[in-house]
Amino acid sequence: MSGGGTLAAAAPARVGRASRGRWGLAAEGLFWAAWPAAYLAFPDYLPLLSQVAIAALFALSLDLLVGYAGVVTLGQAAFFGLGAYTAGLLAVHGWGEPLSGLLLAAAAAALLGLVTAPLVLRGGDLAGLMVTLGLGLMLYEAANKAAPVTGGADGLQGVEIWPVLGLWRFDLFGRTAFLYSLAVLVLLFLLARLVVSSPFGLALRGIRANARRMHALGTPVRARLVAAYVLAGAYAGAAGALLAQTTQFVSLDVLAFQRSAEGLLMLVLGGLGRLYGGLLGAAAFVVAHQVLSEMTPQFWQFWIGAALVVLAIAGRGGLLGLLAAGRARLLARRGGGGA
Amino acid sequence: MTAPAALETRGLTRRFGGFAAVDGVSLALAPGSRHALIGPNGAGKTTLVNLLTGAIRPGAGAVLLEGRDVTALPQHLRVKRGLARTFQINQLFPDLAPIEAVTLALAEREGLTARWWRPVRAHRALAEEAAALLARLRFAPAEMAAPTRDLAYGRQRLLEIALALALKPRVLLLDEPAAGVPPEESREVLEAVAALPRAVTVLLIEHDMDLVFRFAERITVLAQGRVLAEGTPEAVARDPRVREVYLGEAAAHA
Amino acid sequence: MLTVLLDGVASGMLLFVLACGLSVTLGLMNFVNLAHGAFGMAGGYVCVLLLNRHGVPFLACLAAAALSAALLGAVLERTLYRWLYGRDHLDQVLFSIGLVFMASAAVDWLMGARQQLIALPPWLQGRIAIGDGLATVGVYRLFLIALCGAIVLALHLGLVRTRFGSRLRAAVDDAVVARGLGIPVDRIFAVTFAVGSGLAGLGGALGVEVLGLDPTFPLKYMVYFLIVVAVGGANTILGPFLAALLLGVVDVAGKYYLPEVGAFVIYTAMVVLLLLRPQGLLARSAAR
Repeated sequence: MSGGGTLAAAAPARVGRASRGRWGLAAEGLFWAAWPAAYLAFPDYLPLLSQVAIAALFALSLDLLVGYAGVVTLGQAAFFGLGAYTAGLLAVHGWGEPLSGLLLAAAAAALLGLVTAPLVLRGGDLAGLMVTLGLGLMLYEAANKAAPVTGGADGLQGVEIWPVLGLWRFDLFGRTAFLYSLAVLVLLFLLARLVVSSPFGLALRGIRANARRMHALGTPVRARLVAAYVLAGAYAGAAGALLAQTTQFVSLDVLAFQRSAEGLLMLVLGGLGRLYGGLLGAAAFVVAHQVLSEMTPQFWQFWIGAALVVLAIAGRGGLLGLLAAGRARLLARRGGGGA
Repeated sequence: MTAPAALETRGLTRRFGGFAAVDGVSLALAPGSRHALIGPNGAGKTTLVNLLTGAIRPGAGAVLLEGRDVTALPQHLRVKRGLARTFQINQLFPDLAPIEAVTLALAEREGLTARWWRPVRAHRALAEEAAALLARLRFAPAEMAAPTRDLAYGRQRLLEIALALALKPRVLLLDEPAAGVPPEESREVLEAVAALPRAVTVLLIEHDMDLVFRFAERITVLAQGRVLAEGTPEAVARDPRVREVYLGEAAAHA
Repeated sequence: MLTVLLDGVASGMLLFVLACGLSVTLGLMNFVNLAHGAFGMAGGYVCVLLLNRHGVPFLACLAAAALSAALLGAVLERTLYRWLYGRDHLDQVLFSIGLVFMASAAVDWLMGARQQLIALPPWLQGRIAIGDGLATVGVYRLFLIALCGAIVLALHLGLVRTRFGSRLRAAVDDAVVARGLGIPVDRIFAVTFAVGSGLAGLGGALGVEVLGLDPTFPLKYMVYFLIVVAVGGANTILGPFLAALLLGVVDVAGKYYLPEVGAFVIYTAMVVLLLLRPQGLLARSAAR
């Protein structure tokens, strides 16, 4: 925690606030300033930057579910994929308006969450884990076999997206795609930040830390988890829709198990339960992918695996955890006998 | 019949396999009373508590809260009807500060935990009430804001009680509140128990006979899942069957 | 019809041999080991290498596959897995997915992405008719049924009759109590892990002809193993065995009669079975 103020005044103020203070604010400012900077500095890499924003949104959805509510899932790609196919199919069948497409995709994913939540949250967390895995694979197979609708393994062709707000058409350089993705990410990030700082968000943290106590406090734990599951589903659906709309193509990959696993990797790479962790992890992941996959693809997969193993053994603070630990050490050294 | 019992069970029974952990237990706690539940290990105290709170369902019998049958209600709805508990083994939030944990309990009491559109810190009244409650339990401001995992064990036991009190219960189950607290920290816990408002009906589940005889107005003795004896502390202490069960342990304190 | 049934039984038994080690990992250590299939894959490739490149006899290849997978299991258990006991499921999931990715990538790099084929020895080739031409069944399938049946029987007897088996069952039932009784749970687990990996390796080798073998093997069959264990429970041989048989028959029948639906059948079966029967292993770990 930051040091300033008398503690008596600080105590009530601490409630529900993520650890911020001057350094935190500066870091936040820096993080968001990096996006327009990247936009100006790397005009040739705008599609890559869009990928970062989309991956960040996906990681954010996982953070809401895994990092805050403590529900481990192996099937988050199901929502991503459903969102992508919803937006893609809408556009293929003549409705290319991006914002409503995005909303409908998120709504479809939320609906899937609502329908599957009772199945996932029914038994113990092990059973739930496997159900998420099974549901994800089911959806993948369904999309694979429903080739007349989804295009199957060839992917969904002919996605045409209208200009954003009727003003900005998707250009060849990916300018609109990037700014559109970034705008959606920023809005949904702000919403997520509001949610996790709310009483609902505090209750989710409580459930993750100790569900037994939450029952004893009178919390309808199941209902809160369903809400978190649905919300995370909607976020993943929105991310999928962004991918479909900005690339104007949907491939089966959107539903692959690999994507669920990579999402978790991004999240733990950046740090769990901190919102920014997923964003940072996604940026690191996408850039690393770009750099490493220029070598052989197997190499890339090998290093993802190695990263997962190391992160799992080393604990889940991630990049942000390292930063926080470093800052704490610095403050402790500087503070000396004070405080 | 005057006012209904604050908490009552009728023929409560729960079997695990062939073993009756709780067997036909009937209890009645008068409103505002201080009632203790004692019994040797394996007497069925934990199962009974779980039946009372709704963590598990009985095979037979009923639980009544202020005269209303709550047997079919899940745990969280019983809490909403005024039944709170503490745990024998701490059930806290290690990463949250006490002030956050109590605020969470208050938010739940006020029915706010479904709200996502306003930050917790905008609910200023909650934080103030939480700070006041913790201050009453002699939490220093610094302790309120430090992560729970860093608190001394005795303070964690107090936080257990604070979380239950935050719910403004009308019936409170205290499950061995001083268990494992080192002697130099136990006074505060006992004070907190003694200072519970008179309007709250208290069921104390306890091993420590000292505490039981100091605190309770009535005692129920559980053995092998059944009620062995019930009465005033004096009557229970004189009861030869109770002495037998405790092998002189209770007699030494009486 | 009978052919499909027998094929299903054979692949079900094979699945059991592949998966039974996982039931101990999950049941005894409450450890979600999604990388179990990697040991099967290791065994499969050892078998392919020895058989195809060095002409080692098939049965010797099987033994080598089992031994090398067991050795690999023992080494990984001591060096990596033990760090994650008692950690939460997310860590274990990440760790074991990571292992799968590494294993698949390494195999892909060393052996290529293609399906591996082996030539069975002549005495295991061909089909024989049974029941007056009622159906024909491959000799290899019968061999699988006999061999896996013998393994199932041996495991059952080992679990029920030996001291090690009774200690293992006690440990699976309640590791805390077992430790209190002075049972060396960690050592039992290490041994069982190696045996389970070895059996997976054997299953992988036996399965080259039936299940196929390529670098995606661990991911492709992960779901199958999880179903066997999740549905079957951990404390008996019978539960997972029946689950594996059921799964094998459903899978083969699904591929035979409903090829256009494909793997969808098996995933649906998994979800439905998990929902219908979350008892045993899963219910117990939930209650804790």
